Amino acid sequence: MDLFNFQTPRSIPELIAAKNSANAWLLAGGTDLIPQLKEDRRKAETIIDVKKIAAMTNISAEQDGGLNIGAAVTATTIAQSEIVCASYPALAYSVALIGSRQVQNRASLGGNVCNAAPSADAVPALMSYGALANIEGTKGKRSLMVEEIFTGPGRTVLEQDEVLASITLPALPENTAAVYQRFTPRREMDIAVAGVSSRITLDANSKIVDAKIALASVGPTPLRAKAAEMTLIGEVPSLKLFEAAGAAAASDASPIDDTRGSADYRRHLVSVLCRRTLASATKELIQGDLP
Amino acid sequence: MPSISLTLNGRSVSGEVETKTLLVDYIRENQKLTGTHVGCDTSQCGSCVVHVDGKSVKSCTMLAVQVDGSEVTTIEGLATGEELHPMQEAFRQNHGLQCGFCTPGMVMSAVDLVAGNPDISETEIREGLEGNICRCTGYHNIVKSVQAGAKAMGG
Repeated sequence: MDLFNFQTPRSIPELIAAKNSANAWLLAGGTDLIPQLKEDRRKAETIIDVKKIAAMTNISAEQDGGLNIGAAVTATTIAQSEIVCASYPALAYSVALIGSRQVQNRASLGGNVCNAAPSADAVPALMSYGALANIEGTKGKRSLMVEEIFTGPGRTVLEQDEVLASITLPALPENTAAVYQRFTPRREMDIAVAGVSSRITLDANSKIVDAKIALASVGPTPLRAKAAEMTLIGEVPSLKLFEAAGAAAASDASPIDDTRGSADYRRHLVSVLCRRTLASATKELIQGDLP
Repeated sequence: MPSISLTLNGRSVSGEVETKTLLVDYIRENQKLTGTHVGCDTSQCGSCVVHVDGKSVKSCTMLAVQVDGSEVTTIEGLATGEELHPMQEAFRQNHGLQCGFCTPGMVMSAVDLVAGNPDISETEIREGLEGNICRCTGYHNIVKSVQAGAKAMGG
Protein backbone atom coordinates (compact mmCIF):
# COMPACT_ATOMS: atom_id res chain seq x y z
CA MET A 1 0.00 0.00 0.00
CA ASP A 2 1.36 3.43 -0.93
CA LEU A 3 1.13 6.48 1.27
CA PHE A 4 -1.83 8.76 0.75
CA ASN A 5 -3.31 11.94 2.17
CA PHE A 6 -5.92 11.29 4.83
CA GLN A 7 -8.72 13.79 5.34
CA THR A 8 -11.63 13.96 7.78
CA PRO A 9 -14.06 16.61 6.54
CA ARG A 10 -16.79 17.72 8.96
CA SER A 11 -19.41 18.79 6.40
CA ILE A 12 -20.69 17.71 2.99
CA PRO A 13 -19.27 20.81 1.17
CA GLU A 14 -15.85 20.06 2.71
CA LEU A 15 -16.23 16.45 1.59
CA ILE A 16 -17.09 17.43 -2.00
CA ALA A 17 -14.09 19.77 -2.16
CA ALA A 18 -11.80 16.98 -0.90
CA LYS A 19 -13.17 14.39 -3.31
CA ASN A 20 -12.90 16.66 -6.35
CA SER A 21 -9.33 15.63 -7.16
CA ALA A 22 -7.69 12.73 -8.94
CA ASN A 23 -7.63 9.35 -7.19
CA ALA A 24 -9.60 10.51 -4.16
CA TRP A 25 -11.69 7.78 -2.56
CA LEU A 26 -14.24 7.88 0.22
CA LEU A 27 -13.66 5.65 3.22
CA ALA A 28 -16.71 4.68 5.20
CA GLY A 29 -16.64 1.12 6.53
CA GLY A 30 -13.52 0.38 4.54
CA THR A 31 -14.56 -3.23 4.11
CA ASP A 32 -13.94 -3.09 0.36
CA LEU A 33 -11.57 -0.16 -0.04
CA ILE A 34 -8.93 -1.22 2.49
CA PRO A 35 -8.47 -4.76 1.12
CA GLN A 36 -8.26 -3.24 -2.40
CA LEU A 37 -5.57 -0.79 -1.26
CA LYS A 38 -3.67 -3.51 0.59
CA GLU A 39 -3.57 -5.67 -2.51
CA ASP A 40 -2.66 -2.69 -4.73
CA ARG A 41 -5.84 -3.23 -6.74
CA ARG A 42 -6.66 0.43 -6.22
CA LYS A 43 -4.42 3.47 -6.21
CA ALA A 44 -5.30 6.34 -3.93
CA GLU A 45 -3.74 9.74 -3.49
CA THR A 46 -6.37 10.88 -1.04
CA ILE A 47 -8.52 8.86 1.35
CA ILE A 48 -11.44 10.72 2.89
CA ASP A 49 -13.09 9.43 6.06
CA VAL A 50 -16.81 10.28 5.88
CA LYS A 51 -17.70 9.04 9.35
CA LYS A 52 -17.20 12.37 11.07
CA ILE A 53 -19.77 14.21 8.95
CA ALA A 54 -22.83 14.59 11.18
CA ALA A 55 -25.19 15.10 8.23
CA MET A 56 -24.21 11.70 6.83
CA THR A 57 -24.46 9.66 10.03
CA ASN A 58 -28.11 10.28 10.95
CA ILE A 59 -31.41 8.54 10.38
CA SER A 60 -34.26 11.04 10.28
CA ALA A 61 -37.98 10.81 9.60
CA GLU A 62 -39.23 12.83 6.62
CA GLN A 63 -42.31 15.02 7.01
CA ASP A 64 -44.32 12.91 4.55
CA GLY A 65 -43.66 9.71 6.53
CA GLY A 66 -40.58 8.58 4.62
CA LEU A 67 -37.15 8.03 6.10
CA ASN A 68 -33.78 9.57 5.30
CA ILE A 69 -30.68 7.51 6.05
CA GLY A 70 -27.28 9.21 5.88
CA ALA A 71 -24.86 7.43 3.56
CA ALA A 72 -22.35 6.84 6.36
CA VAL A 73 -24.85 5.22 8.77
CA THR A 74 -23.61 1.75 9.70
CA ALA A 75 -25.35 -1.52 8.92
CA THR A 76 -25.62 -2.20 12.68
CA THR A 77 -27.37 1.11 13.32
CA ILE A 78 -29.85 0.41 10.52
CA ALA A 79 -30.48 -3.18 11.61
CA GLN A 80 -31.17 -2.00 15.18
CA SER A 81 -33.21 1.07 14.25
CA GLU A 82 -36.77 0.71 15.55
CA ILE A 83 -38.22 2.75 12.72
CA VAL A 84 -36.38 0.76 10.04
CA CYS A 85 -37.41 -2.55 11.64
CA ALA A 86 -41.03 -1.40 11.86
CA SER A 87 -41.43 0.29 8.47
CA TYR A 88 -38.75 -1.21 6.21
CA PRO A 89 -38.06 -4.68 7.64
CA ALA A 90 -36.58 -6.07 4.41
CA LEU A 91 -33.83 -3.45 4.67
CA ALA A 92 -33.16 -4.22 8.34
CA TYR A 93 -32.89 -7.90 7.41
CA SER A 94 -30.67 -7.24 4.38
CA VAL A 95 -28.05 -5.07 6.08
CA ALA A 96 -27.62 -7.74 8.75
CA LEU A 97 -26.43 -10.08 5.97
CA ILE A 98 -23.42 -7.89 5.10
CA GLY A 99 -20.25 -9.65 6.28
CA SER A 100 -20.24 -10.36 10.01
CA ARG A 101 -21.20 -8.40 13.11
CA GLN A 102 -17.79 -6.67 13.26
CA VAL A 103 -18.07 -5.74 9.58
CA GLN A 104 -21.62 -4.44 10.10
CA ASN A 105 -20.29 -2.23 12.91
CA ARG A 106 -18.19 -0.43 10.26
CA ALA A 107 -19.94 -0.99 6.91
CA SER A 108 -22.12 1.88 5.68
CA LEU A 109 -25.28 1.91 3.60
CA GLY A 110 -23.70 4.37 1.17
CA GLY A 111 -20.67 2.14 0.78
CA ASN A 112 -22.83 -0.87 0.02
CA VAL A 113 -24.55 1.17 -2.73
CA CYS A 114 -21.55 3.04 -4.18
CA ASN A 115 -19.32 -0.02 -4.27
CA ALA A 116 -21.78 -1.09 -6.98
CA ALA A 117 -21.37 -4.82 -6.50
CA PRO A 118 -24.14 -6.71 -8.33
CA SER A 119 -24.36 -8.84 -5.17
CA ALA A 120 -24.69 -5.94 -2.67
CA ASP A 121 -27.08 -7.24 -0.03
CA ALA A 122 -28.74 -3.95 0.96
CA VAL A 123 -29.49 -2.82 -2.58
CA PRO A 124 -32.40 -5.07 -3.72
CA ALA A 125 -34.46 -4.10 -0.66
CA LEU A 126 -33.79 -0.40 -1.34
CA MET A 127 -34.93 -0.86 -4.95
CA SER A 128 -38.10 -2.69 -3.88
CA TYR A 129 -38.99 0.13 -1.55
CA GLY A 130 -38.46 2.64 -4.38
CA ALA A 131 -35.57 4.34 -2.56
CA LEU A 132 -33.92 7.50 -3.85
CA ALA A 133 -30.20 8.20 -3.86
CA ASN A 134 -29.50 11.82 -2.92
CA ILE A 135 -26.33 13.03 -4.61
CA GLU A 136 -24.54 16.29 -3.92
CA GLY A 137 -21.76 17.89 -5.93
CA THR A 138 -20.14 21.16 -6.89
CA LYS A 139 -22.96 21.83 -9.37
CA GLY A 140 -25.76 21.16 -6.90
CA LYS A 141 -27.96 18.30 -5.80
CA ARG A 142 -29.75 15.58 -7.72
CA SER A 143 -31.80 12.57 -6.71
CA LEU A 144 -32.00 9.33 -8.67
CA MET A 145 -33.75 6.05 -8.12
CA VAL A 146 -31.19 3.77 -6.50
CA GLU A 147 -31.13 1.47 -9.55
CA GLU A 148 -30.23 4.40 -11.82
CA ILE A 149 -26.91 4.84 -10.01
CA PHE A 150 -25.28 1.69 -11.35
CA THR A 151 -23.57 1.54 -14.74
CA GLY A 152 -21.64 -1.73 -14.34
CA PRO A 153 -19.79 -3.83 -11.78
CA GLY A 154 -18.07 -1.34 -9.45
CA ARG A 155 -19.18 1.61 -11.57
CA THR A 156 -21.72 4.35 -10.86
CA VAL A 157 -22.95 7.59 -12.43
CA LEU A 158 -21.26 9.62 -9.66
CA GLU A 159 -18.87 12.24 -11.04
CA GLN A 160 -15.55 12.96 -9.37
CA ASP A 161 -17.07 16.05 -7.71
CA GLU A 162 -20.15 14.20 -6.48
CA VAL A 163 -20.94 12.16 -3.37
CA LEU A 164 -23.89 10.08 -2.24
CA ALA A 165 -25.14 12.03 0.78
CA SER A 166 -28.16 9.98 1.80
CA ILE A 167 -30.85 7.50 0.81
CA THR A 168 -34.54 8.38 1.07
CA LEU A 169 -37.06 5.61 1.64
CA PRO A 170 -40.47 6.85 0.56
CA ALA A 171 -43.54 6.54 2.78
CA LEU A 172 -45.23 3.27 1.84
CA PRO A 173 -48.94 2.86 1.13
CA GLU A 174 -51.05 0.66 3.41
CA ASN A 175 -50.96 -3.06 2.70
CA THR A 176 -47.39 -3.11 1.50
CA ALA A 177 -44.84 -5.79 2.35
CA ALA A 178 -41.36 -6.58 1.09
CA VAL A 179 -39.09 -9.57 1.63
CA TYR A 180 -35.46 -10.19 0.59
CA GLN A 181 -33.94 -13.64 0.33
CA ARG A 182 -30.60 -14.70 -1.05
CA PHE A 183 -28.99 -18.02 -1.78
CA THR A 184 -25.48 -18.72 -0.49
CA PRO A 185 -23.73 -22.10 -0.17
CA ARG A 186 -22.75 -21.20 3.41
CA ARG A 187 -25.33 -19.57 5.63
CA GLU A 188 -23.04 -16.77 6.87
CA MET A 189 -20.17 -14.64 5.58
CA ASP A 190 -20.82 -15.36 1.93
CA ILE A 191 -21.72 -13.58 -1.28
CA ALA A 192 -25.14 -14.17 -2.84
CA VAL A 193 -25.21 -16.55 -5.80
CA ALA A 194 -28.57 -14.91 -6.44
CA GLY A 195 -30.87 -12.72 -4.38
CA VAL A 196 -34.41 -11.46 -4.83
CA SER A 197 -36.33 -8.72 -3.05
CA SER A 198 -40.07 -8.64 -3.70
CA ARG A 199 -42.40 -5.89 -2.61
CA ILE A 200 -46.13 -5.89 -3.22
CA THR A 201 -48.96 -3.51 -2.37
CA LEU A 202 -52.52 -4.83 -2.23
CA ASP A 203 -55.78 -2.89 -2.59
CA ALA A 204 -58.93 -3.42 -0.50
CA ASN A 205 -59.94 -6.36 -2.73
CA SER A 206 -56.54 -8.01 -2.23
CA LYS A 207 -55.48 -7.26 -5.79
CA ILE A 208 -51.85 -6.39 -6.40
CA VAL A 209 -51.67 -2.70 -7.32
CA ASP A 210 -47.91 -2.25 -7.10
CA ALA A 211 -44.97 -4.64 -7.33
CA LYS A 212 -41.26 -3.94 -7.33
CA ILE A 213 -38.93 -6.89 -7.69
CA ALA A 214 -35.16 -6.47 -7.59
CA LEU A 215 -32.52 -9.08 -8.39
CA ALA A 216 -28.97 -9.41 -7.05
CA SER A 217 -25.97 -11.22 -8.53
CA VAL A 218 -27.65 -12.03 -11.84
CA GLY A 219 -26.39 -9.20 -14.04
CA PRO A 220 -23.69 -6.54 -14.29
CA THR A 221 -25.71 -4.38 -11.87
CA PRO A 222 -28.59 -5.04 -9.46
CA LEU A 223 -31.66 -5.30 -11.74
CA ARG A 224 -35.39 -4.64 -11.60
CA ALA A 225 -37.42 -7.64 -12.82
CA LYS A 226 -39.93 -5.64 -14.84
CA ALA A 227 -41.52 -8.55 -16.73
CA ALA A 228 -42.14 -10.28 -13.41
CA GLU A 229 -43.68 -7.11 -11.97
CA MET A 230 -46.02 -6.85 -14.98
CA THR A 231 -47.36 -10.39 -14.45
CA LEU A 232 -48.46 -9.39 -10.95
CA ILE A 233 -50.22 -6.05 -11.43
CA GLY A 234 -54.01 -6.32 -11.21
CA GLU A 235 -53.94 -9.96 -10.10
CA VAL A 236 -54.92 -11.66 -6.87
CA PRO A 237 -52.03 -13.47 -5.11
CA SER A 238 -51.91 -17.20 -5.79
CA LEU A 239 -49.23 -19.86 -5.98
CA LYS A 240 -49.82 -20.16 -9.73
CA LEU A 241 -49.38 -16.41 -10.17
CA PHE A 242 -46.14 -16.43 -8.20
CA GLU A 243 -44.83 -19.37 -10.26
CA ALA A 244 -45.47 -17.30 -13.38
CA ALA A 245 -43.78 -14.26 -11.83
CA GLY A 246 -40.79 -16.44 -10.92
CA ALA A 247 -40.51 -17.69 -14.51
CA ALA A 248 -40.69 -14.10 -15.79
CA ALA A 249 -38.05 -12.97 -13.28
CA ALA A 250 -35.73 -15.74 -14.49
CA SER A 251 -35.99 -14.23 -18.00
CA ASP A 252 -35.45 -10.72 -16.61
CA ALA A 253 -32.13 -11.91 -15.15
CA SER A 254 -28.98 -11.83 -17.27
CA PRO A 255 -26.52 -13.88 -15.24
CA ILE A 256 -23.07 -15.14 -16.15
CA ASP A 257 -21.26 -18.38 -15.37
CA ASP A 258 -18.64 -17.88 -12.67
CA THR A 259 -17.09 -19.71 -9.74
CA ARG A 260 -20.16 -19.14 -7.58
CA GLY A 261 -22.66 -20.64 -10.00
CA SER A 262 -23.67 -21.18 -13.61
CA ALA A 263 -26.00 -18.83 -15.44
CA ASP A 264 -28.64 -21.57 -15.72
CA TYR A 265 -28.45 -22.32 -12.01
CA ARG A 266 -28.77 -18.64 -11.17
CA ARG A 267 -31.86 -18.32 -13.36
CA HIS A 268 -33.35 -21.29 -11.55
CA LEU A 269 -32.53 -19.67 -8.19
CA VAL A 270 -34.18 -16.43 -9.27
CA SER A 271 -37.43 -18.20 -10.13
CA VAL A 272 -37.49 -20.05 -6.80
CA LEU A 273 -36.50 -17.04 -4.67
CA CYS A 274 -38.98 -14.82 -6.50
CA ARG A 275 -41.84 -17.23 -5.78
CA ARG A 276 -40.78 -17.64 -2.14
CA THR A 277 -40.32 -13.94 -1.44
CA LEU A 278 -43.68 -13.11 -3.02
CA ALA A 279 -45.40 -15.82 -0.97
CA SER A 280 -43.74 -14.63 2.19
CA ALA A 281 -44.58 -10.96 1.54
CA THR A 282 -48.20 -11.97 0.90
CA LYS A 283 -48.28 -13.87 4.19
CA GLU A 284 -47.57 -10.62 5.99
CA LEU A 285 -50.66 -9.06 4.40
CA ILE A 286 -53.23 -11.86 4.07
CA GLN A 287 -54.05 -14.52 6.65
CA GLY A 288 -54.36 -18.17 5.63
CA ASP A 289 -52.90 -20.25 2.82
CA LEU A 290 -52.49 -18.99 -0.70
CA PRO A 291 -54.97 -20.34 -3.24
CA MET B 1 3.05 12.09 9.04
CA PRO B 2 -0.25 12.66 10.83
CA SER B 3 -0.36 12.47 14.58
CA ILE B 4 -3.10 10.59 16.46
CA SER B 5 -4.28 10.52 20.07
CA LEU B 6 -6.45 7.79 21.48
CA THR B 7 -7.30 5.95 24.65
CA LEU B 8 -5.83 2.46 24.42
CA ASN B 9 -6.86 0.06 27.19
CA GLY B 10 -7.66 3.01 29.42
CA ARG B 11 -4.35 4.76 28.86
CA SER B 12 -3.87 7.90 26.73
CA VAL B 13 -1.46 7.35 23.88
CA SER B 14 -0.46 9.60 21.04
CA GLY B 15 2.12 9.75 18.34
CA GLU B 16 2.82 9.98 14.65
CA VAL B 17 1.67 7.25 12.35
CA GLU B 18 1.81 6.72 8.59
CA THR B 19 -1.60 7.08 6.93
CA LYS B 20 -1.33 3.57 5.50
CA THR B 21 -0.71 1.89 8.88
CA LEU B 22 -3.47 -0.57 9.67
CA LEU B 23 -4.95 -0.45 13.15
CA VAL B 24 -3.82 -4.01 13.82
CA ASP B 25 -0.23 -3.14 12.86
CA TYR B 26 -0.33 -0.04 15.03
CA ILE B 27 -1.50 -2.14 17.98
CA ARG B 28 1.04 -4.94 17.45
CA GLU B 29 4.08 -3.07 16.10
CA ASN B 30 3.85 0.46 17.52
CA GLN B 31 2.20 -0.40 20.84
CA LYS B 32 3.75 -3.89 21.16
CA LEU B 33 0.42 -5.41 22.18
CA THR B 34 0.64 -8.76 20.42
CA GLY B 35 -2.49 -10.36 21.89
CA THR B 36 -4.42 -9.12 18.84
CA HIS B 37 -3.63 -11.58 16.07
CA VAL B 38 -3.53 -11.42 12.28
CA GLY B 39 -5.03 -14.41 10.54
CA CYS B 40 -6.55 -13.89 7.11
CA ASP B 41 -5.80 -10.15 6.88
CA THR B 42 -8.95 -9.78 4.74
CA SER B 43 -11.74 -9.14 7.26
CA GLN B 44 -12.94 -12.73 7.39
CA CYS B 45 -11.38 -14.77 10.21
CA GLY B 46 -11.87 -12.46 13.19
CA SER B 47 -8.58 -13.10 15.00
CA CYS B 48 -7.85 -9.32 14.92
CA VAL B 49 -11.09 -8.21 16.63
CA VAL B 50 -10.75 -5.28 19.03
CA HIS B 51 -13.27 -2.77 20.37
CA VAL B 52 -13.42 0.77 19.01
CA ASP B 53 -15.71 2.94 21.13
CA GLY B 54 -17.21 -0.21 22.62
CA LYS B 55 -18.03 -1.94 19.35
CA SER B 56 -16.24 -4.98 17.96
CA VAL B 57 -14.37 -4.33 14.71
CA LYS B 58 -11.81 -6.12 12.60
CA SER B 59 -8.61 -4.16 13.11
CA CYS B 60 -7.05 -5.49 9.88
CA THR B 61 -9.62 -3.44 7.96
CA MET B 62 -9.23 -0.10 9.68
CA LEU B 63 -6.52 2.48 9.43
CA ALA B 64 -4.81 3.64 12.61
CA VAL B 65 -5.64 7.25 11.65
CA GLN B 66 -9.33 6.36 11.85
CA VAL B 67 -9.19 5.81 15.62
CA ASP B 68 -7.89 9.30 16.35
CA GLY B 69 -9.98 10.47 19.32
CA SER B 70 -11.48 7.02 19.96
CA GLU B 71 -11.33 4.49 22.79
CA VAL B 72 -9.71 1.26 21.73
CA THR B 73 -9.73 -1.90 23.84
CA THR B 74 -7.66 -4.97 23.01
CA ILE B 75 -7.56 -8.35 24.73
CA GLU B 76 -4.85 -6.97 27.04
CA GLY B 77 -7.32 -4.38 28.32
CA LEU B 78 -9.98 -6.80 29.60
CA ALA B 79 -8.46 -8.22 32.78
CA THR B 80 -8.21 -6.17 35.98
CA GLY B 81 -4.70 -6.81 37.23
CA GLU B 82 -4.43 -10.56 37.88
CA GLU B 83 -8.19 -11.01 37.77
CA LEU B 84 -9.47 -12.23 34.42
CA HIS B 85 -12.53 -10.66 32.79
CA PRO B 86 -15.59 -12.92 33.32
CA MET B 87 -15.55 -13.85 29.62
CA GLN B 88 -11.87 -14.83 29.79
CA GLU B 89 -12.55 -16.86 32.94
CA ALA B 90 -15.50 -18.56 31.19
CA PHE B 91 -13.25 -19.59 28.27
CA ARG B 92 -10.75 -21.00 30.79
CA GLN B 93 -13.36 -22.91 32.81
CA ASN B 94 -15.13 -24.33 29.74
CA HIS B 95 -12.05 -25.24 27.71
CA GLY B 96 -13.13 -22.72 25.09
CA LEU B 97 -9.78 -22.87 23.33
CA GLN B 98 -7.50 -25.41 21.77
CA CYS B 99 -4.50 -23.85 20.00
CA GLY B 100 -5.56 -20.41 21.21
CA PHE B 101 -4.89 -18.45 18.03
CA CYS B 102 -8.50 -17.35 17.49
CA THR B 103 -9.16 -16.85 21.22
CA PRO B 104 -8.40 -13.12 21.62
CA GLY B 105 -10.75 -12.32 18.73
CA MET B 106 -13.38 -14.76 20.02
CA VAL B 107 -13.30 -13.21 23.49
CA MET B 108 -13.45 -9.63 22.20
CA SER B 109 -16.35 -10.50 19.86
CA ALA B 110 -18.13 -12.36 22.66
CA VAL B 111 -17.88 -9.45 25.12
CA ASP B 112 -19.54 -7.12 22.58
CA LEU B 113 -22.06 -9.78 21.51
CA VAL B 114 -23.46 -10.59 24.96
CA ALA B 115 -23.53 -7.04 26.35
CA GLY B 116 -27.02 -6.50 27.75
CA ASN B 117 -28.07 -10.09 26.99
CA PRO B 118 -27.14 -12.43 29.91
CA ASP B 119 -29.50 -15.15 28.66
CA ILE B 120 -28.26 -15.18 25.09
CA SER B 121 -29.27 -18.35 23.23
CA GLU B 122 -27.00 -20.81 21.50
CA THR B 123 -28.42 -19.75 18.12
CA GLU B 124 -27.74 -16.07 18.83
CA ILE B 125 -24.17 -16.91 19.84
CA ARG B 126 -23.53 -19.03 16.76
CA GLU B 127 -24.93 -16.31 14.50
CA GLY B 128 -23.11 -13.57 16.40
CA LEU B 129 -19.78 -15.36 16.03
CA GLU B 130 -20.18 -15.85 12.27
CA GLY B 131 -17.18 -13.60 11.70
CA ASN B 132 -14.83 -15.56 13.98
CA ILE B 133 -13.27 -18.71 12.62
CA CYS B 134 -11.70 -21.38 14.84
CA ARG B 135 -9.48 -23.56 12.69
CA CYS B 136 -9.35 -26.20 15.44
CA THR B 137 -13.17 -26.25 14.97
CA GLY B 138 -13.66 -26.11 18.73
CA TYR B 139 -16.96 -24.28 18.42
CA HIS B 140 -18.91 -26.45 20.87
CA ASN B 141 -16.91 -25.32 23.88
CA ILE B 142 -16.61 -21.77 22.56
CA VAL B 143 -20.41 -21.52 22.55
CA LYS B 144 -20.55 -22.98 26.08
CA SER B 145 -17.92 -20.47 27.20
CA VAL B 146 -19.77 -17.51 25.71
CA GLN B 147 -23.01 -18.61 27.36
CA ALA B 148 -21.27 -18.93 30.74
CA GLY B 149 -19.45 -15.63 30.20
CA ALA B 150 -22.73 -13.87 29.41
CA LYS B 151 -24.26 -15.11 32.68
CA ALA B 152 -21.17 -14.10 34.66
CA MET B 153 -21.16 -10.64 33.09
CA GLY B 154 -24.83 -10.27 34.03
CA GLY B 155 -25.59 -8.53 30.75
